[in-house]
Amino acid sequence: MISLYRMPSLGADMEAGTLIEWVLQPGQTFAKGDVIAVVETQKGAIEVEVFHDGVMGRQLIEVGQTVPVGTPLAELEAAMVTPPDQRTGVQSGGLTEVLSESLPADMTASAIGVTEAAPPLAPSPQAPFPKLSTPVAPSSGESPPRSAPLIPPSPSMPEAVDPRASPAARRLAQQRGLSLDGLVGTGPGGAIVLADVRSAAVALASGTPQAAPRAPAPSPTVPPLATPAASATAGRRPAHPGLDLAAMRQAIAAAMAHAKREIPHYYLSQDVDLTPASDWLAQRNAELPPERRLLMGVLFIKAVALTLKGFPELNGFDREGRFEPSAAIHVGCATAIRGGGLVAPAIHDTDHLDLDTLMAKLRDLVARVRSGGLRASELADPTITVSSLGERGVDRLYGIIYPPQVAIVGFGTPRPAPWVLEDRVVPRQVVTVTLAADHRHSDGHRGALFLAQVAQRLHEPENL
Amino acid sequence: MSSAMIETTYREAVREAIRDALRRDPRVFLMGEDVGRYGGCYAVTKGLWDEFGPERIRDAPLSESGFTGAGIGAALGGMRPIVEIMTVNFSLLALDQIVNNAATLRHMSGGQVSVPLVIRMATGAGKQLAAQHSHSLENWYVAIPGIKVVAPATLEDARGMLWSALEDPDPVVIFEHVMLYNRSGPLAADAGPVPLAGAAIRRPGSDISLISYGGSLYKTLDAAEALAREGIEAEVIDLRSLRPLDDATLMASVARTHRALIVDEGWRTGSLAGEISARIMEQAFWDLDAPVGRVCTAEVPIPYPKHLEDAALPQVPTIVAAARAILGRE
Repeated sequence: MISLYRMPSLGADMEAGTLIEWVLQPGQTFAKGDVIAVVETQKGAIEVEVFHDGVMGRQLIEVGQTVPVGTPLAELEAAMVTPPDQRTGVQSGGLTEVLSESLPADMTASAIGVTEAAPPLAPSPQAPFPKLSTPVAPSSGESPPRSAPLIPPSPSMPEAVDPRASPAARRLAQQRGLSLDGLVGTGPGGAIVLADVRSAAVALASGTPQAAPRAPAPSPTVPPLATPAASATAGRRPAHPGLDLAAMRQAIAAAMAHAKREIPHYYLSQDVDLTPASDWLAQRNAELPPERRLLMGVLFIKAVALTLKGFPELNGFDREGRFEPSAAIHVGCATAIRGGGLVAPAIHDTDHLDLDTLMAKLRDLVARVRSGGLRASELADPTITVSSLGERGVDRLYGIIYPPQVAIVGFGTPRPAPWVLEDRVVPRQVVTVTLAADHRHSDGHRGALFLAQVAQRLHEPENL
Repeated sequence: MSSAMIETTYREAVREAIRDALRRDPRVFLMGEDVGRYGGCYAVTKGLWDEFGPERIRDAPLSESGFTGAGIGAALGGMRPIVEIMTVNFSLLALDQIVNNAATLRHMSGGQVSVPLVIRMATGAGKQLAAQHSHSLENWYVAIPGIKVVAPATLEDARGMLWSALEDPDPVVIFEHVMLYNRSGPLAADAGPVPLAGAAIRRPGSDISLISYGGSLYKTLDAAEALAREGIEAEVIDLRSLRPLDDATLMASVARTHRALIVDEGWRTGSLAGEISARIMEQAFWDLDAPVGRVCTAEVPIPYPKHLEDAALPQVPTIVAAARAILGRE
């Protein structure tokens, strides 16, 4: 019994969606409520769940394809129970027409409209299914299994799968980046109320496992940080457009715990005289309208990207303990998210971009982090991370490597500081650059050379 | 600042307010059924006829529409009438005058005239006066733009709201719950006018906001006391002014407690409680930790037999039970 899974309607204004990830591959089994794909819409990346148990069949479109609502995405082999009662509506051809006219027109596309002819997997080949266009009255004494799985609730009806929670509880959970799934409600009718979220937050802070019911189990393979589909959980609406802060928190926790546990970090630090770069930047920006001015952070990113060309051992991935260098340099830019959490999406081919382009891409990236709508590739591709504290930070930061990367470069907040220049102490604008790198794949000597070259490039901003 | 306290009753506080107004302003006079010689059906005006004479304490014929209309005319002519209507049930006979004239004339005259009329009326059940003398129809008046509606529940408000109402240039309807008249307590000897607007927090609390007014206030306070014994700290809000409603105080309270229960002796359907619930939904939805609850009067004409009358009205145990349900402690 094969059904077609169609591009769901995730809102009345949605006309098409882009498949950005198949969470399941052909042959993999799924249960009702599992996320099988991630679809990008105007509202960001949305996890798409199924409404019955089954097996993933042939996938009909590829990742990246944009198709109208209702377009078949995949064949699902449903784990159907054959109704034992075949008194009515016997059809000879095995073609099963599903009750779709009873659904509102705008829901039929998101429901599985029609199941099509296929060799039934269900274990009763000689018993054709009843036509379900009219409800089958249960005979007294026996209740035939309803074919409800054929008519899944529409994704537009989250009540059916969401935990019942008070508005205040939902707001607090969103603020704290907590998921409501798995919380036990103590409010009226078992609803999740503020107190439940608060105790979960406290338990999470104290490390009680109950507080993070869906935290991915620590494993050698690290879940992708803040990939929208990082946790394939059912029936949950992302609290942030395209991003689920609770899932993100758990992904950060898993990734950072893994990094601290597995990666032998070494740390280096270098103070850099930033005065030439500051002066150059001020002079350049003075001639430009605000929207075209550069931020110092762009110089940092570019200096790191250019320097990396000579240090391939810092640019790439750890694959099961073996280093896999990356020819391309995709700098991940750590960006804080309002409400908690952070992502470090890639600016692709950073070393090839001039400063203006880099600035534009950075602005775009930050805007999309805030509004949702990050691409899966941006989240998966960074070959190194740069974390820059900007104007309101502290002198230096020591980063934790984000696996499977092997290095992270940190820039503290630039500050005026005493500096020895030609035997005299003078005030200069100074920034502290740090490197945290994976000692399995590089050594401190090379790391030191790397930082020194970054400093040198910042001394010559006109060459960036 | 502390002044001498006197022990008094709600009835006496209202009477003192009337007496004070009659003394302060020669334009003030009182008019209603049996308010003069008889002293008022609830004895509120007892003694005033002797003190101020029949010119200023005027017995009116049994025609609510007639003497309310006369009050409106007097107000238009520069007087400051206090019209007493025996119960809110009877005020329906004057509804045309109140709704179509008193409430509208300022607007229809382009502000040329105003109607500084005060209408006092008794409301509510509990005295076995049966269905034609016991209803709580405050929400009928609350629905009318152009008038203000207040419900003094405390001695201070009973004493202080009348003068403020007389000073208001527009019609003010004052609801006096019949079960409050005999309630006694201490009142400052020099108690005076109080603002008409603004709700008052009669008991602070952190777990749930109990919103009430008029005769239900004391049941609600008793319920809060009972809840406190179970460890539930209820905040009790006295609406005081029913139109306009003090949204700010209500929403601030709900923002603190995240739960709200409205206790309203009116019937549930189309009730003031429903209006307040809707406003909380509109303005404080994201603060709510549970659905807003209502304890209202059973949707029957108020019965005569004592046990049925009691069963129909909001009572302390029903308020407590509703609050516990909202807190998930059923």
